[in-house]
Amino acid sequence: MQININGEKRQVSEGMTVRQLLDELQITATRVAVEVNLEIVPKATYSEHTLQDEDKIEIVHFVGGG
Amino acid sequence: MAQGTLTIAGKEFNSRLMVGTGKYASNEQMVAALEASGAEIITVAVRRVNLAEMGKGCMLDFIDPKKYTLLPNTAACFTAEDAIRTCRLAREAGLSSMVKLEVLGDEKTLFPDNEETLKAAKVLIAEGFTVLPYCSDDVILCKKLEQLGCAAVMPLAAPIGSGLGIRNPYNIRIIMEAVSIPVIVDAGVGTASDAAIAMELGCDAILMNTAIAGAKDPVAMARAMKLGVEAGRLAYEAGRIPRKLYATASSPLTDLIGS
Repeated sequence: MQININGEKRQVSEGMTVRQLLDELQITATRVAVEVNLEIVPKATYSEHTLQDEDKIEIVHFVGGG
Repeated sequence: MAQGTLTIAGKEFNSRLMVGTGKYASNEQMVAALEASGAEIITVAVRRVNLAEMGKGCMLDFIDPKKYTLLPNTAACFTAEDAIRTCRLAREAGLSSMVKLEVLGDEKTLFPDNEETLKAAKVLIAEGFTVLPYCSDDVILCKKLEQLGCAAVMPLAAPIGSGLGIRNPYNIRIIMEAVSIPVIVDAGVGTASDAAIAMELGCDAILMNTAIAGAKDPVAMARAMKLGVEAGRLAYEAGRIPRKLYATASSPLTDLIGS
C-alpha cells in the first residue's frame, strides 16, 4: 500500500503498524511524535495502530530553535 | 550567588537566562555555549524528521534531559491552528506540557500576531498546557494573557534577531507593574549590557538565541550574557541610587587641611 510520510510517498507492506514503520525508518520512538491524518498517535499505542492505504503521516522531532 | 529564584508554574529555576538552541555552527558548539550560559531552560523547535538522515541521530543526543528543561516553541507558525497543532506534537514528543507560544504576523518583522496568540493560548490552557507566550510589549495584551491563565508573558525587547536592545524600557516596566506572573524579555537583545539593562528594570528572566549563537565567539558571549543577567538582577535587588542633575561629593567636605 502507499502512504505519505512527511510529504513523501512511500510503499509499505499491508498491515504495517506505526511501531514497525518507525523501526524500518530507524527512528527512535522516544524522540519523536507521530500524527496520522492530523490525529496524534500516543506513544503507548504505536504497536497497535495499523496504518491504512493513503494515510498521511507526519513524524516530527526537536531541532535547534529560539 | 544570593539571587532569588525564578518560579514558573510552580517550578523553581536558579538561572534567569533562558537560551535558544538554533543557529550554532555545530552541536558541540551549542553544548559548550549552553554550559557557559548556565541556562536551565532551553528552547527547541518542532520540525519534520529528515527521513534520509535518520541514522545520523538528532539534536537531543547532545542534550542532557536531566540538566535542561526543554521549552518547545511554535516558531514559524502564522495561525493559532498551526501553533496549537505544533504544541500538541511537542507535548507528545517531549512529554512535557510547557510551551513557548509564538504566532507570527509578518515575515519581515517577525512581530507576533497577538490576536492569534490570544486565541491559541485559550485553547492550549484548556488542554492543560503551561503557556509562555511571545508577545508585543503591550500592557493591555499582557494583562489579557495573564487573565487567560498564561504562566508568564514574554514581551519582545526588539525584533527577533535584531540585536537592537531594549527599545521601550518604559513599557516593560509598566508590564511588570500590571501583571503578577513572570515577565520574560524575549527577543532583541544584542549584547551583555542589553541583558543587564533588562534585568535592572526588574524583569524576571531573559530569553535569547541569536545574540549568543551569532556572536563571533558564542561560548564567550554565553558567559558574558550569564554575567550580564546576574549583574543586572543583583543591581535591581540592590536598588540603584536616584539620578540627579548635579554632583554629590563622595569624600567628606569638612576637616580639610589648612581650614
